[in-house]
Amino acid sequence: MDQTPHTLPRQSWTFSNEINSEIRRAAATGIYDIRGGGAKRRVPHFDDLLFLGASISRYPLEGYREKCDTSVVLGTRFAKKPIELKIPITIAGMSFGALSAHAKEALGRGATMAGTSTTTGDGGMTNEERGHSEKLVYQYLPSRYGMNPDDLRRADAIEIVVGQGAKPGGGGMLLGQKITERVAKMRNLPMGIDQRSACRHPDWTGPDDLEIKILELREITGWEKPIYIKIGGARPYYDTALAVKAGADVVVLDGMQGGTAATQDVFIEHVGQPTLACIRPAVKALQDLGMHRKVQLVVSGGIRTGADVAKALALGADAVAIGTAALVALGDNDPRWEDEYQKLGTTAGAYDDWHEGRDPAGITTQDPELMTRLNPVDAGRRLRNYLAVMTLECQTIARACGKSHVHNLEPEDLCALTVEAAAMAGVPLAGTSWIPGQGGY
Amino acid sequence: MAWTELRELNSTLQAQTGGEWVIENTRGAHALAVGLQAPLEVTIKGSTGYYCAGMNKEARVHVTGSVGPGVAENMISGSVVVEGDASQYAGATGHGGLLVIKGNASSRCGISMKGIDIVVHGNIGHMSAFMAQSGNLVVLGDAGDALGDSLYEARLFVRGKVKSLGADCIEKEMRPEHIEILRDLLARAGADARPEEFRRYGSARKLYNFNVDHAGDY
Amino acid sequence: MCGIVGLFLKKDDLRPRLGDLLTEMLISMTDRGPDSAGIAIYGDASQGLKMTIQSETPDEAFTGLEDNLNALLGAPVQMRVVDTHAVLTLPEGSEAEVRAYLAEKGIRIMGVGQSMEIFKEVGLPKDVAARFGIRQMAGSHGIGHTRMATESAVTTLGAHPFSTDGDQCLVHNGSLSNHNRVRRELARKGFVPQTQNDTEVAACYISSRLAEGANLGEALEGTLDDLDGFFTFVVGTRNGFGVVRDPIACKPAVMAETDSYVAFGSEYRAFANLPGIEDARIWEPEPATVYFWER
Repeated sequence: MDQTPHTLPRQSWTFSNEINSEIRRAAATGIYDIRGGGAKRRVPHFDDLLFLGASISRYPLEGYREKCDTSVVLGTRFAKKPIELKIPITIAGMSFGALSAHAKEALGRGATMAGTSTTTGDGGMTNEERGHSEKLVYQYLPSRYGMNPDDLRRADAIEIVVGQGAKPGGGGMLLGQKITERVAKMRNLPMGIDQRSACRHPDWTGPDDLEIKILELREITGWEKPIYIKIGGARPYYDTALAVKAGADVVVLDGMQGGTAATQDVFIEHVGQPTLACIRPAVKALQDLGMHRKVQLVVSGGIRTGADVAKALALGADAVAIGTAALVALGDNDPRWEDEYQKLGTTAGAYDDWHEGRDPAGITTQDPELMTRLNPVDAGRRLRNYLAVMTLECQTIARACGKSHVHNLEPEDLCALTVEAAAMAGVPLAGTSWIPGQGGY
Repeated sequence: MAWTELRELNSTLQAQTGGEWVIENTRGAHALAVGLQAPLEVTIKGSTGYYCAGMNKEARVHVTGSVGPGVAENMISGSVVVEGDASQYAGATGHGGLLVIKGNASSRCGISMKGIDIVVHGNIGHMSAFMAQSGNLVVLGDAGDALGDSLYEARLFVRGKVKSLGADCIEKEMRPEHIEILRDLLARAGADARPEEFRRYGSARKLYNFNVDHAGDY
Repeated sequence: MCGIVGLFLKKDDLRPRLGDLLTEMLISMTDRGPDSAGIAIYGDASQGLKMTIQSETPDEAFTGLEDNLNALLGAPVQMRVVDTHAVLTLPEGSEAEVRAYLAEKGIRIMGVGQSMEIFKEVGLPKDVAARFGIRQMAGSHGIGHTRMATESAVTTLGAHPFSTDGDQCLVHNGSLSNHNRVRRELARKGFVPQTQNDTEVAACYISSRLAEGANLGEALEGTLDDLDGFFTFVVGTRNGFGVVRDPIACKPAVMAETDSYVAFGSEYRAFANLPGIEDARIWEPEPATVYFWER
């Protein structure tokens, strides 16, 4: 018997199994990895923050009896008809095409029952979602698929999409499998082709042109609709300031954990800043312009719980938007479909090939058979329940901090568990009065 | 034209179901006669700024001067006729209707067009018909660099020289049905040209489904 | 991100009206740039050197300055105070000494030259033009700018035009993406930008190329190779006027030419009041193409 001791085989941290599998995949196919969803790497997030709560120096509100308001009005700056929401949680833009008609309907039903808005996506407005959404935000995107003045007028707000958190500065690519006859018709594209998305708008570039574009959209819609500008978490201070200067009513700020229907994995994981890091610079821009709470800030990208909502509001947001979380509430990545996820080479919770249209949960697909797995009425109810829970959680925290409105949460109600989160959120490290990087960001 | 005049002017025009209207003293104002939604006749005397007649539906708009960027952007139907020149993005993302430029159009004419017909009597600038999806772009003069880059199913007809074709855009055979389309468009645009003088360009469709051997074209 | 206007006279008949025409053009671009405005005017060549200076506290800074400079140089110095700016006329060869003196006093230099004067301030174009009496100024050519700041501060120094060498100025619409790298290279050559503004880097770049012996056309050609991002530059020299756009060219630019002038505007409406505009040749400058005129 060989007595020589052997060292254990050691896997490289640099060349991990995951990295090596990607190298082999790239070598075999010659195309970058395209997937849906947002950043999967761990980044400083709301989990790294804690609320302080009240005790003797501050007085809490009694749960259930003493009122804690959650209403929010978006678009008070210029629009004649601002949007009034019962809760500070909205549904982010997701396209018909990326999602099935049933999924869009479910989002509309759930949001409407909860008293909030939902948002169209890259592909135009469908009658189903207009019909089932009491308040519908119509996205104005570089592709302008399905864009028309009638839908602009029947929208409740217009969201000019400059960027999204998963890919600030990039377009996308929806592979051919999902361009079915109906999707193709709405987008004026041949069926079955890969849809290449532009990264800039076709008829304006930069804030000076954007100001004129906003004027045109307001003139077409009689200055009634709030105009949102959605930006990816790239340079939040400047981008927020320029959105305000260009005339936005609302700024929607999407951090890197924000999802996408389909884009390059390298883009999702390596471009953009964590949501937590984006909020304070954006709020600072609004404050510097005297526009905080006058131009509303909606934050998205990795919002999952009522605690996340409360933390985003405390840092200065007026509302949040959820996308991925809403899909999970509808039934996305549910372990009940585990056998089918295995067949696709993945597992429940990790499925992100939303662009391939083979979603076992019937949400990110245009396959007629898979689509029927999602009952829009039941799924809409699940979304409503989930929104109600998040709202209750947010109120619970706000009451514990002595607030009669969730908007009265402040950064000073928070502390951070890590130096990184303390620096990004601009709140003290727990147990200290130290805010790293104070005086700059 | 002051801001309040613009609001009054557009809301008045948008409320009409027909009739003839004349706008004077435009001084290059933006967003003139946008969002019209009925078969009215509008004459704009002078030159305009950005997005003149944007998202037009059914109205017939006639501009006696030149137009700024994005004339008739996202037009749905109706017609827009410009006597002078057009700046960038003429007819961008248009879904339908007819846009006629009697002078020259600058860069990105017909960018991302989705069914609109555009007839330019003069020349067009670079990157015209970029990602054009459907509809017809007719140019009596010359075309600039990268014509029809990343083209989908739009048809491009050019009588003069093409400085260069963009990725995936190729010259195609002019068949009798194209001659017919062209004859009709030239007549409707009041253009003094014969369809046989034009060449047709369209998509090679090599970018329709990703292939690593064409990665350099993206 | 801004509005640009420029007017270069080919004949002398419009010289007395240059400031008036440019002011109208500048005001028409207010929407594109509400943060600050500036203008460079090339007037009559002076005996000696003109230096435009600026102070946040002009009363204090400019009081007695003329006498002090006279004493310092032992030669006559003239000073014309215009709001927060003043134009000094200095004897030849005194520039370095005056620069050192002004630096010590905390007074900023906006530009120097035989004929160029530069005025720029935070505020709306109509107010800025009125404060400096631009309408009354005569000259051969001029360049104006209205600014919507992107990444650098809304300050007087951050306003355009930028002047980085004698009788040279540059304005910009767009956003450069490699200016930090170019800034470091220029600094090594001794052309040190005073602000964090990407436009000043472009101005320094042109100055460095002209100093190396390039003509205006060659210096503008160089921007196409060495500067990345989106830009439309309009450049003035003592006897020249140049325009260049990046190869993508999606920021707006229009030009007009008649027998008596060449005009530049970010939008057509900048030309609405120019004499004879109805009969001018009007075109949009081609991407990656240099245009320049010299007298």
